[in-house]
Amino acid sequence: MRGAVYSRQIMDKIFFSLVCFFSCLSVLPLILILGYLLVKGLSALNWRFFVRLPQPLGEAGGGIANALGGSLLLLGTAFALAVPLGLLVGIYLSENRKSRLAGYARLSVEILQGIPSIVIGMVIYSWLVLPLKSFSALAGGAALGLMMLPVIVRAAEETLKLIPSALKEASLALGVPYYRTILRVITPAGLSGIVTGILLALARVAGETAPLLFTAFGNPFWSFHLGRPVESLPHLIFYYATSPYEEWHRLAWGASFVLVAGVLFLNVSAKLLTRRWRVQF
Amino acid sequence: MAILSIQNLCVSFQENMAVKNVSMDITEKKVTAIMGPSGCGKTTVLRSINRLHELSAHARVAGRVILRGEDLYALDAMLVRRRIGMVFQRPNPFPTMSIYDNVAAGYLLNGLRLDRRELDALVESSLRAAALWDEVKDSLRKRGTFLSGGQQQRLCIARALALRPEIMLLDEPTSALDPKAAASIEELIVRLKDSVTILLVTHNIAQASRVSDFTAFMYLGELVEFGLSAKMFTAPGDKRTEEYLTGKFG
Repeated sequence: MRGAVYSRQIMDKIFFSLVCFFSCLSVLPLILILGYLLVKGLSALNWRFFVRLPQPLGEAGGGIANALGGSLLLLGTAFALAVPLGLLVGIYLSENRKSRLAGYARLSVEILQGIPSIVIGMVIYSWLVLPLKSFSALAGGAALGLMMLPVIVRAAEETLKLIPSALKEASLALGVPYYRTILRVITPAGLSGIVTGILLALARVAGETAPLLFTAFGNPFWSFHLGRPVESLPHLIFYYATSPYEEWHRLAWGASFVLVAGVLFLNVSAKLLTRRWRVQF
Repeated sequence: MAILSIQNLCVSFQENMAVKNVSMDITEKKVTAIMGPSGCGKTTVLRSINRLHELSAHARVAGRVILRGEDLYALDAMLVRRRIGMVFQRPNPFPTMSIYDNVAAGYLLNGLRLDRRELDALVESSLRAAALWDEVKDSLRKRGTFLSGGQQQRLCIARALALRPEIMLLDEPTSALDPKAAASIEELIVRLKDSVTILLVTHNIAQASRVSDFTAFMYLGELVEFGLSAKMFTAPGDKRTEEYLTGKFG
């Protein structure tokens, strides 16, 4: 009898240690990746790295300004396309939970989330690149926007669902029209959740390479033109890392570091924001 | 003189008839209480006056509600709601807005333009009318949700008063409050009737007898009895009213 209790206690200890061990292990990859990037990438970072264009082969001191600018342009375009659309769909879904259209829309958005990014790139290629006869920032932004859409829709729907209906009634009882109630009472009350969702969506697509390969394409020069190809951080990393040149590898590591730092920043901001902006009902 | 006349009002939700052929005239600048056990349809009557019942897709209404000679169901719902103020069971100030903006919400959200001085005066007079001015006059820029429950409810009353409603609908306004805060709201109701007509829904018999001039007793969707409170609470005309008042059910 005592033996059985004793062995159970031993099992308990072993089980608990295992759980702890693997929890620690799960933190390790991130720390290793960050550490490795820091070691490899930090040496590439200096002022010129951020403000100069890539130099011709054999010349030292090139920068990634074109990719930084391009990534910002692509994310900006994706933001402008996905946020209004995603927000409106999210509002519809939270307001009309049981309608048939809501069921279909929710399902489509879920499936859209699972579509491989390379396929999204290909579809945008045939929808935008071929008709416009040029790789473009617009096409790249559209591809990224399409990938952001499901995340924003879900975030908006889930956040707005939690807002008490008493708030809506309070506004309607003042004679405020439905659309103003939604835009000026309900949406502001859910703003922290919605903005968090948008930041996470941006963080998610900032590192996407596949959908940009044949939409934004890449560009060794400065470009802020929506109708022209642009460089982007992930594409620059892909291009430089697969090249045989030592100098380009260094730039790729630096760019990786910058990209991860950006994504990390977005993630941490999202976390802080949820805490700080929480609306008390 | 009757300001609001409810005529043969029936409300149903799918199969379920929640309000059955209710008719009553609400007297101007008096407090009229609608009491009855939960589920008797009293809140449904209230919500079909400012047409909030339209929020539930299954609600069907028959009958008429006449405000100063105008059929409310023939008017635009938004305009009806601007003329009729409502206060809910749970205080529901707008959480993203300051105290000031909460009171001015009827104007801000509706896009009705007022100049700064007019709006300031309106906010002050509404808060004074709701007996909240002295407590919040130094913190008008703070969020409304920082106030206590009773203060929040008075803020909601001020918000409704700011639109200068012709009639105020109060839906169990004290049921979520502690006794002290509830007493201050009751006091406020009695004071307000000098300037506005009040229709109060309550399941609290004592409250109805304390604050109301007229009382309606509803049971199972029907209006059982309606008349002067002084008479109903001393000599009820219907056996069901008497049983309810003496605590036999409800």
